Amino acid sequence: MPKPGSAPSPAPSLASAVALAVLLTTQPAAAQDALPDSLTGTKGDPARGRAIVADRRRGLCLLCHSGPFPEERFQGTLAPDLSGAGARLSEGQLRLRIVDARRLVPDTIMPSYFKVEGLTRVAPAFQGKPVLSAAEIEDVVAFLTTLRD
Amino acid sequence: MRRLALALALVVLPAEADDRRSGFDVMGPDTQAMQQDDTANPGILWVRDGEALWTRADGGKSCAACHGAVESMRGAAARYPVFDGAPLSLEQRINRCRTTHQGATPLAYESQELLALTAVVAHQSRGLPITPDADPHLGAVRAEGERLFRQRQGQLDLACSQCHDDNAGKRLAGNLIPQGHPTGYPVYRLEWQGMGSLQRRLRNCQGAVRAEPYAYGSAELVALEAYLMARAGGMPLETPAVRP
Repeated sequence: MPKPGSAPSPAPSLASAVALAVLLTTQPAAAQDALPDSLTGTKGDPARGRAIVADRRRGLCLLCHSGPFPEERFQGTLAPDLSGAGARLSEGQLRLRIVDARRLVPDTIMPSYFKVEGLTRVAPAFQGKPVLSAAEIEDVVAFLTTLRD
Repeated sequence: MRRLALALALVVLPAEADDRRSGFDVMGPDTQAMQQDDTANPGILWVRDGEALWTRADGGKSCAACHGAVESMRGAAARYPVFDGAPLSLEQRINRCRTTHQGATPLAYESQELLALTAVVAHQSRGLPITPDADPHLGAVRAEGERLFRQRQGQLDLACSQCHDDNAGKRLAGNLIPQGHPTGYPVYRLEWQGMGSLQRRLRNCQGAVRAEPYAYGSAELVALEAYLMARAGGMPLETPAVRP
């Protein structure tokens, strides 16, 4: 049976895979629960982040999570409410939970948003691509840190 | 296999030990009423088309020429998939009959004709308990189906079991996640505005996790069908079901 997800990947995905591997192995031991460093080296934009979180085809967040989005109907009940996420978790903790929540909870339903390797049967349109780019993840992190209550 | 044994054991346990729920039990009262009223259930249109096809001579011979009245199919769909040289879904059985006995061409998956014939055959088992076939060949098929059910896949890296075993009853956006028992296929799905097979439904979910869907009629989809029907063993068949 062919496994598209394990097919040779184009260069950009390899780059992000290497970047992820580097990120996950070079963080200080004290930060096992967090990725303190920005994936892009710069701060994300909270307004863009909010738009990504609310977009069910990009961030996908509201399929499972609810949150302070009064204009959005039919939010999910599969995962914690995003309200107050920025008060409960540090920026680095939020980043790790988006990049690869499975490092913390192996059987979580939270997708690893920056993962491109080790996947099975990825549809051709999504092969070699993370769910969100590094810049998009930084935008989402920047937005979530603003959710203080 | 342990899970399968559990699923089969549930069939003979008292009702209070069985927490399985059909999609019918958890959908809204309007949709339930639509399914229960044959004059409102759109799936009945496919059943009626199937009744006409049953007696139509395709390739020189009709289904009825061998089987007699379609009522003779009572109980048949409740035990599918079966094993006959290979694992065989109800759709594949119909097409095998067409090519080997009727001298007709196979019908395309999800064609209105194949959906209609499947619907009329399965409709004969409405109200009967799903009764997984006892052929020992099917044990390995169901085990493979269970393995696939628990295998993460797609860009979102999610397994069927993570929603339909672990999180059934919660809401994915506005939609209640059912336990995933295939009790009424082919179903009329409001989201589709049409009739569809269990394999279409499985492929939909694969698309949702951004996986490449298994091909219609593939060993993978038939194995998943075999596992899911055993997992739903004892639950009554509802064809044609209506689902949101």
